[in-house]
Amino acid sequence: MTAPVVPSLLHGDVSVGDALPILDYEVTATTVVLGALATRDWRPMHHDKDFAVNRNGTQDIFLNTPNQAAWFERYLTDWTGPHGRLGRVTFRMKGSVFPGDTMTLTGAVEAVDVDAVGCGFVTVAVTLAVAGDAKTTCLARIALPTSPEDNPWVRRGNQWRPSPPAP
Amino acid sequence: MTADLLNQALELVGVEQYPEVGEFPVERGYIWSSCASVENGNPLFWDDHVAEALTDGPIAPPSMVSVWFRPHNWAPGRAEVALPLQVHFNLKALFDLPEAVMTDNTIEFHEPVRIGDVLHTHQVLRSISGDKTTKLGTGRFWVIDVIYANQDGDLVAVESYTGFGYRRDAA
Repeated sequence: MTAPVVPSLLHGDVSVGDALPILDYEVTATTVVLGALATRDWRPMHHDKDFAVNRNGTQDIFLNTPNQAAWFERYLTDWTGPHGRLGRVTFRMKGSVFPGDTMTLTGAVEAVDVDAVGCGFVTVAVTLAVAGDAKTTCLARIALPTSPEDNPWVRRGNQWRPSPPAP
Repeated sequence: MTADLLNQALELVGVEQYPEVGEFPVERGYIWSSCASVENGNPLFWDDHVAEALTDGPIAPPSMVSVWFRPHNWAPGRAEVALPLQVHFNLKALFDLPEAVMTDNTIEFHEPVRIGDVLHTHQVLRSISGDKTTKLGTGRFWVIDVIYANQDGDLVAVESYTGFGYRRDAA
Protein backbone atom coordinates (compact mmCIF):
# COMPACT_ATOMS: atom_id res chain seq x y z
CA MET A 1 0.00 0.00 0.00
CA THR A 2 1.35 3.40 -0.96
CA ALA A 3 1.37 6.44 1.29
CA PRO A 4 -1.36 9.03 0.72
CA VAL A 5 -0.45 12.27 -1.01
CA VAL A 6 -1.18 15.11 1.39
CA PRO A 7 -2.44 18.46 0.04
CA SER A 8 -0.01 21.34 0.44
CA LEU A 9 -2.69 24.05 0.26
CA LEU A 10 -6.28 23.82 1.45
CA HIS A 11 -9.19 25.96 0.34
CA GLY A 12 -9.57 27.26 3.88
CA ASP A 13 -5.97 28.52 3.87
CA VAL A 14 -6.77 31.06 1.15
CA SER A 15 -8.33 34.51 1.51
CA VAL A 16 -9.31 37.22 -0.95
CA GLY A 17 -6.34 39.53 -1.44
CA ASP A 18 -3.68 36.88 -0.84
CA ALA A 19 -0.67 37.37 -3.09
CA LEU A 20 0.99 34.43 -4.82
CA PRO A 21 4.80 34.18 -4.76
CA ILE A 22 6.40 36.16 -7.59
CA LEU A 23 8.08 34.25 -10.39
CA ASP A 24 10.82 35.94 -12.42
CA TYR A 25 12.18 34.22 -15.51
CA GLU A 26 14.76 35.36 -18.03
CA VAL A 27 13.44 34.56 -21.50
CA THR A 28 15.93 33.42 -24.12
CA ALA A 29 15.52 32.35 -27.75
CA THR A 30 15.67 28.81 -26.42
CA THR A 31 12.72 29.50 -24.11
CA VAL A 32 10.66 30.69 -27.06
CA VAL A 33 11.63 27.84 -29.38
CA LEU A 34 11.20 25.15 -26.71
CA GLY A 35 7.75 26.51 -25.94
CA ALA A 36 6.71 26.62 -29.59
CA LEU A 37 7.86 23.08 -30.29
CA ALA A 38 6.37 21.71 -27.08
CA THR A 39 3.01 23.12 -28.15
CA ARG A 40 3.41 21.91 -31.77
CA ASP A 41 3.33 25.47 -33.07
CA TRP A 42 5.48 25.49 -36.19
CA ARG A 43 4.73 29.03 -37.28
CA PRO A 44 7.97 30.84 -38.16
CA MET A 45 7.45 33.90 -35.94
CA HIS A 46 8.23 31.64 -32.99
CA HIS A 47 11.57 30.33 -34.25
CA ASP A 48 12.75 32.45 -37.21
CA LYS A 49 13.95 35.91 -36.20
CA ASP A 50 14.25 37.09 -39.81
CA PHE A 51 10.61 36.19 -40.45
CA ALA A 52 9.46 37.75 -37.17
CA VAL A 53 11.27 41.02 -37.85
CA ASN A 54 10.73 41.41 -41.56
CA ARG A 55 7.29 39.86 -42.01
CA ASN A 56 5.59 40.41 -38.67
CA GLY A 57 7.31 43.67 -37.86
CA THR A 58 8.18 42.55 -34.34
CA GLN A 59 11.56 43.08 -32.72
CA ASP A 60 12.29 39.34 -32.45
CA ILE A 61 10.64 35.92 -32.15
CA PHE A 62 8.11 35.84 -29.33
CA LEU A 63 6.39 33.45 -26.90
CA ASN A 64 3.31 31.81 -28.40
CA THR A 65 -0.02 31.84 -26.61
CA PRO A 66 -0.32 28.09 -25.81
CA ASN A 67 3.09 28.17 -24.19
CA GLN A 68 2.05 31.17 -22.12
CA ALA A 69 -0.92 29.07 -20.99
CA ALA A 70 1.58 26.46 -19.83
CA TRP A 71 3.52 29.13 -17.94
CA PHE A 72 0.32 30.25 -16.20
CA GLU A 73 -0.58 26.68 -15.28
CA ARG A 74 2.91 26.08 -13.89
CA TYR A 75 2.72 29.31 -11.89
CA LEU A 76 -0.66 28.42 -10.38
CA THR A 77 0.18 24.82 -9.51
CA ASP A 78 3.56 25.82 -8.05
CA TRP A 79 1.34 27.58 -5.52
CA THR A 80 -1.45 25.01 -5.08
CA GLY A 81 0.54 21.80 -5.36
CA PRO A 82 -0.71 18.81 -7.36
CA HIS A 83 -4.17 18.80 -5.76
CA GLY A 84 -4.97 22.10 -7.51
CA ARG A 85 -7.29 21.40 -10.45
CA LEU A 86 -7.70 24.08 -13.09
CA GLY A 87 -11.33 24.76 -13.89
CA ARG A 88 -11.26 27.75 -16.18
CA VAL A 89 -8.76 30.26 -17.53
CA THR A 90 -9.29 33.43 -19.54
CA PHE A 91 -6.34 35.11 -21.22
CA ARG A 92 -6.06 38.55 -22.66
CA MET A 93 -3.03 39.18 -24.81
CA LYS A 94 -1.73 42.77 -24.74
CA GLY A 95 1.85 42.53 -25.93
CA SER A 96 4.62 40.13 -26.86
CA VAL A 97 7.41 38.59 -24.81
CA PHE A 98 10.81 38.45 -26.51
CA PRO A 99 14.23 36.91 -25.87
CA GLY A 100 16.11 39.15 -23.49
CA ASP A 101 12.97 40.01 -21.53
CA THR A 102 12.66 39.11 -17.88
CA MET A 103 9.05 38.10 -17.45
CA THR A 104 7.48 38.46 -14.04
CA LEU A 105 4.38 36.53 -13.03
CA THR A 106 2.35 37.86 -10.15
CA GLY A 107 -1.01 36.74 -8.84
CA ALA A 108 -3.66 37.81 -6.36
CA VAL A 109 -6.70 35.96 -5.08
CA GLU A 110 -9.88 37.72 -6.21
CA ALA A 111 -12.55 35.33 -4.96
CA VAL A 112 -12.96 32.26 -2.76
CA ASP A 113 -16.12 30.17 -3.00
CA VAL A 114 -17.59 26.74 -2.48
CA ASP A 115 -19.99 25.76 -5.24
CA ALA A 116 -23.39 24.09 -4.99
CA VAL A 117 -21.87 20.60 -4.98
CA GLY A 118 -19.26 21.38 -2.32
CA CYS A 119 -16.22 21.97 -4.51
CA GLY A 120 -13.89 24.69 -3.23
CA PHE A 121 -12.68 27.16 -5.84
CA VAL A 122 -10.42 30.19 -5.79
CA THR A 123 -10.24 32.81 -8.52
CA VAL A 124 -6.78 34.23 -9.13
CA ALA A 125 -5.83 37.19 -11.30
CA VAL A 126 -2.39 36.56 -12.79
CA THR A 127 -0.30 39.06 -14.72
CA LEU A 128 2.66 38.28 -16.92
CA ALA A 129 4.64 41.51 -17.15
CA VAL A 130 7.95 42.70 -18.56
CA ALA A 131 9.56 45.69 -16.85
CA GLY A 132 6.23 46.51 -15.25
CA ASP A 133 4.33 46.41 -18.54
CA ALA A 134 1.54 43.80 -18.52
CA LYS A 135 1.88 41.58 -21.60
CA THR A 136 -0.77 38.98 -20.81
CA THR A 137 -3.38 38.81 -18.08
CA CYS A 138 -5.10 35.65 -16.94
CA LEU A 139 -8.09 35.08 -14.72
CA ALA A 140 -8.02 31.53 -13.43
CA ARG A 141 -10.57 29.52 -11.47
CA ILE A 142 -8.87 26.63 -9.73
CA ALA A 143 -10.23 24.03 -7.31
CA LEU A 144 -8.51 23.28 -4.03
CA PRO A 145 -9.25 20.55 -1.49
CA THR A 146 -11.62 21.64 1.27
CA SER A 147 -10.08 19.15 3.73
CA PRO A 148 -6.95 16.99 3.89
CA GLU A 149 -9.05 14.06 2.62
CA ASP A 150 -10.66 15.98 -0.26
CA ASN A 151 -9.41 15.67 -3.82
CA PRO A 152 -10.97 17.85 -6.55
CA TRP A 153 -9.63 15.53 -9.26
CA VAL A 154 -12.10 12.76 -8.38
CA ARG A 155 -15.07 14.90 -9.36
CA ARG A 156 -16.86 13.82 -12.52
CA GLY A 157 -19.93 14.83 -14.48
CA ASN A 158 -22.33 16.99 -12.56
CA GLN A 159 -20.01 17.07 -9.55
CA TRP A 160 -17.46 19.13 -11.50
CA ARG A 161 -18.66 22.62 -12.42
CA PRO A 162 -15.77 24.78 -13.59
CA SER A 163 -17.91 27.73 -14.70
CA PRO A 164 -17.97 30.64 -12.28
CA PRO A 165 -21.18 31.12 -10.31
CA ALA A 166 -23.72 33.46 -11.83
CA PRO A 167 -23.32 37.00 -10.47
CA MET B 1 -22.60 42.92 -50.73
CA THR B 2 -21.39 43.31 -47.15
CA ALA B 3 -24.84 42.36 -45.87
CA ASP B 4 -24.82 39.28 -48.10
CA LEU B 5 -21.46 38.22 -46.72
CA LEU B 6 -22.61 38.78 -43.17
CA ASN B 7 -25.79 36.77 -43.77
CA GLN B 8 -23.71 34.01 -45.32
CA ALA B 9 -21.51 33.90 -42.24
CA LEU B 10 -24.41 34.16 -39.82
CA GLU B 11 -25.94 31.02 -41.30
CA LEU B 12 -22.99 29.15 -39.79
CA VAL B 13 -23.53 30.42 -36.25
CA GLY B 14 -24.22 27.47 -33.98
CA VAL B 15 -23.34 24.89 -36.65
CA GLU B 16 -20.83 22.15 -35.75
CA GLN B 17 -17.99 22.35 -38.27
CA TYR B 18 -14.73 20.56 -38.94
CA PRO B 19 -15.08 17.44 -36.81
CA GLU B 20 -11.59 16.06 -36.38
CA VAL B 21 -9.86 13.19 -34.65
CA GLY B 22 -6.42 13.79 -33.17
CA GLU B 23 -3.56 12.64 -35.40
CA PHE B 24 -1.96 10.64 -32.58
CA PRO B 25 -2.84 9.35 -29.10
CA VAL B 26 -1.95 11.51 -26.13
CA GLU B 27 1.57 10.56 -25.17
CA ARG B 28 3.94 11.21 -22.35
CA GLY B 29 6.90 12.48 -24.34
CA TYR B 30 4.96 15.56 -25.33
CA ILE B 31 3.72 16.03 -21.78
CA TRP B 32 7.26 16.01 -20.47
CA SER B 33 8.44 18.31 -23.28
CA SER B 34 5.70 20.77 -22.36
CA CYS B 35 6.51 20.61 -18.65
CA ALA B 36 10.22 21.00 -19.40
CA SER B 37 9.60 24.05 -21.59
CA VAL B 38 8.15 25.93 -18.61
CA GLU B 39 10.09 24.10 -15.87
CA ASN B 40 6.85 22.70 -14.44
CA GLY B 41 7.83 20.28 -11.69
CA ASN B 42 4.25 19.38 -10.68
CA PRO B 43 4.67 15.77 -9.45
CA LEU B 44 1.29 14.92 -10.94
CA PHE B 45 3.05 14.77 -14.32
CA TRP B 46 6.38 13.27 -13.24
CA ASP B 47 5.65 10.92 -10.31
CA ASP B 48 3.47 7.86 -11.00
CA HIS B 49 2.70 7.44 -7.30
CA VAL B 50 1.22 10.94 -7.11
CA ALA B 51 -0.66 10.45 -10.40
CA GLU B 52 -2.08 7.14 -9.19
CA ALA B 53 -3.18 8.65 -5.88
CA LEU B 54 -4.77 11.80 -7.26
CA THR B 55 -5.95 11.07 -10.80
CA ASP B 56 -6.02 7.27 -11.00
CA GLY B 57 -3.01 7.31 -13.35
CA PRO B 58 -1.04 9.78 -15.44
CA ILE B 59 -2.81 12.71 -17.07
CA ALA B 60 -1.75 15.60 -19.29
CA PRO B 61 -1.55 19.20 -18.05
CA PRO B 62 -4.97 20.70 -18.77
CA SER B 63 -3.43 23.66 -20.57
CA MET B 64 -2.11 21.26 -23.24
CA VAL B 65 -5.56 20.43 -24.57
CA SER B 66 -5.12 22.21 -27.90
CA VAL B 67 -1.66 20.67 -28.41
CA TRP B 68 -3.21 17.34 -29.36
CA PHE B 69 -4.85 18.89 -32.41
CA ARG B 70 -2.13 20.95 -33.97
CA PRO B 71 -1.40 19.16 -37.22
CA HIS B 72 2.02 17.91 -38.19
CA ASN B 73 3.93 20.43 -40.25
CA TRP B 74 4.05 17.85 -43.03
CA ALA B 75 2.27 14.59 -43.71
CA PRO B 76 2.33 12.20 -46.67
CA GLY B 77 -0.07 13.27 -49.39
CA ARG B 78 -0.95 16.58 -47.82
CA ALA B 79 -0.74 19.30 -50.47
CA GLU B 80 -1.27 22.31 -48.24
CA VAL B 81 -0.28 23.28 -44.75
CA ALA B 82 -3.18 22.33 -42.49
CA LEU B 83 -4.52 25.20 -40.42
CA PRO B 84 -5.83 24.84 -36.90
CA LEU B 85 -8.99 26.83 -36.14
CA GLN B 86 -10.13 26.70 -39.75
CA VAL B 87 -13.32 28.69 -39.05
CA HIS B 88 -11.17 31.69 -38.16
CA PHE B 89 -9.31 31.54 -41.46
CA ASN B 90 -12.56 31.02 -43.36
CA LEU B 91 -13.96 34.22 -41.88
CA LYS B 92 -10.82 36.15 -42.77
CA ALA B 93 -11.18 34.94 -46.35
CA LEU B 94 -14.94 35.51 -46.54
CA PHE B 95 -14.68 39.13 -45.42
CA ASP B 96 -11.38 39.70 -47.23
CA LEU B 97 -9.63 40.76 -44.03
CA PRO B 98 -5.91 40.16 -44.44
CA GLU B 99 -4.90 40.62 -40.80
CA ALA B 100 -6.23 39.05 -37.63
CA VAL B 101 -5.40 38.83 -33.97
CA MET B 102 -6.82 36.80 -31.13
CA THR B 103 -7.84 39.13 -28.34
CA ASP B 104 -9.25 36.73 -25.75
CA ASN B 105 -9.00 33.02 -25.11
CA THR B 106 -11.02 31.16 -22.47
CA ILE B 107 -10.64 27.47 -21.72
CA GLU B 108 -12.94 25.50 -19.46
CA PHE B 109 -11.56 22.13 -18.39
CA HIS B 110 -13.64 19.03 -17.74
CA GLU B 111 -12.60 15.36 -17.84
CA PRO B 112 -8.80 15.01 -17.51
CA VAL B 113 -6.86 14.00 -20.62
CA ARG B 114 -5.14 10.65 -20.11
CA ILE B 115 -2.22 8.90 -21.77
CA GLY B 116 -3.51 7.02 -24.80
CA ASP B 117 -6.64 9.12 -25.25
CA VAL B 118 -7.56 9.91 -28.83
CA LEU B 119 -9.38 13.21 -28.70
CA HIS B 120 -12.13 14.46 -30.97
CA THR B 121 -12.93 18.07 -31.69
CA HIS B 122 -15.24 20.31 -33.63
CA GLN B 123 -15.58 24.08 -34.07
CA VAL B 124 -18.68 26.22 -33.59
CA LEU B 125 -18.95 29.84 -34.65
CA ARG B 126 -20.82 31.65 -31.86
CA SER B 127 -21.06 35.24 -33.06
CA ILE B 128 -19.87 37.84 -35.55
CA SER B 129 -19.93 41.59 -34.96
CA GLY B 130 -20.75 44.34 -37.37
CA ASP B 131 -17.96 46.53 -38.68
CA LYS B 132 -15.70 47.82 -35.93
CA THR B 133 -12.75 50.18 -35.99
CA THR B 134 -9.93 49.78 -33.48
CA LYS B 135 -6.39 51.12 -33.35
CA LEU B 136 -5.38 48.15 -35.52
CA GLY B 137 -7.80 48.87 -38.32
CA THR B 138 -11.37 48.18 -39.42
CA GLY B 139 -12.92 44.74 -39.41
CA ARG B 140 -15.06 42.38 -37.36
CA PHE B 141 -14.87 40.49 -34.12
CA TRP B 142 -15.96 36.86 -33.98
CA VAL B 143 -16.19 34.22 -31.28
CA ILE B 144 -15.38 30.61 -32.07
CA ASP B 145 -15.72 27.67 -29.67
CA VAL B 146 -13.61 24.57 -30.01
CA ILE B 147 -15.14 21.58 -28.23
CA TYR B 148 -12.91 18.69 -27.20
CA ALA B 149 -14.09 15.21 -26.20
CA ASN B 150 -12.32 11.93 -25.56
CA GLN B 151 -12.87 8.63 -27.36
CA ASP B 152 -15.67 7.77 -24.93
CA GLY B 153 -17.54 10.97 -25.73
CA ASP B 154 -16.74 12.61 -22.39
CA LEU B 155 -16.39 16.37 -22.61
CA VAL B 156 -12.74 17.30 -22.06
CA ALA B 157 -12.67 21.05 -22.63
CA VAL B 158 -14.35 23.97 -24.32
CA GLU B 159 -12.03 26.62 -25.69
CA SER B 160 -13.46 29.94 -26.76
CA TYR B 161 -11.51 32.35 -28.95
CA THR B 162 -12.36 35.96 -29.68
CA GLY B 163 -10.73 37.00 -32.94
CA PHE B 164 -10.55 40.37 -34.67
CA GLY B 165 -10.11 40.19 -38.42
CA TYR B 166 -9.20 43.54 -39.89
CA ARG B 167 -7.72 45.61 -42.65
CA ARG B 168 -5.22 48.29 -41.73
CA ASP B 169 -6.68 51.73 -42.25
CA ALA B 170 -5.00 53.87 -44.90
CA ALA B 171 -2.59 56.31 -43.29
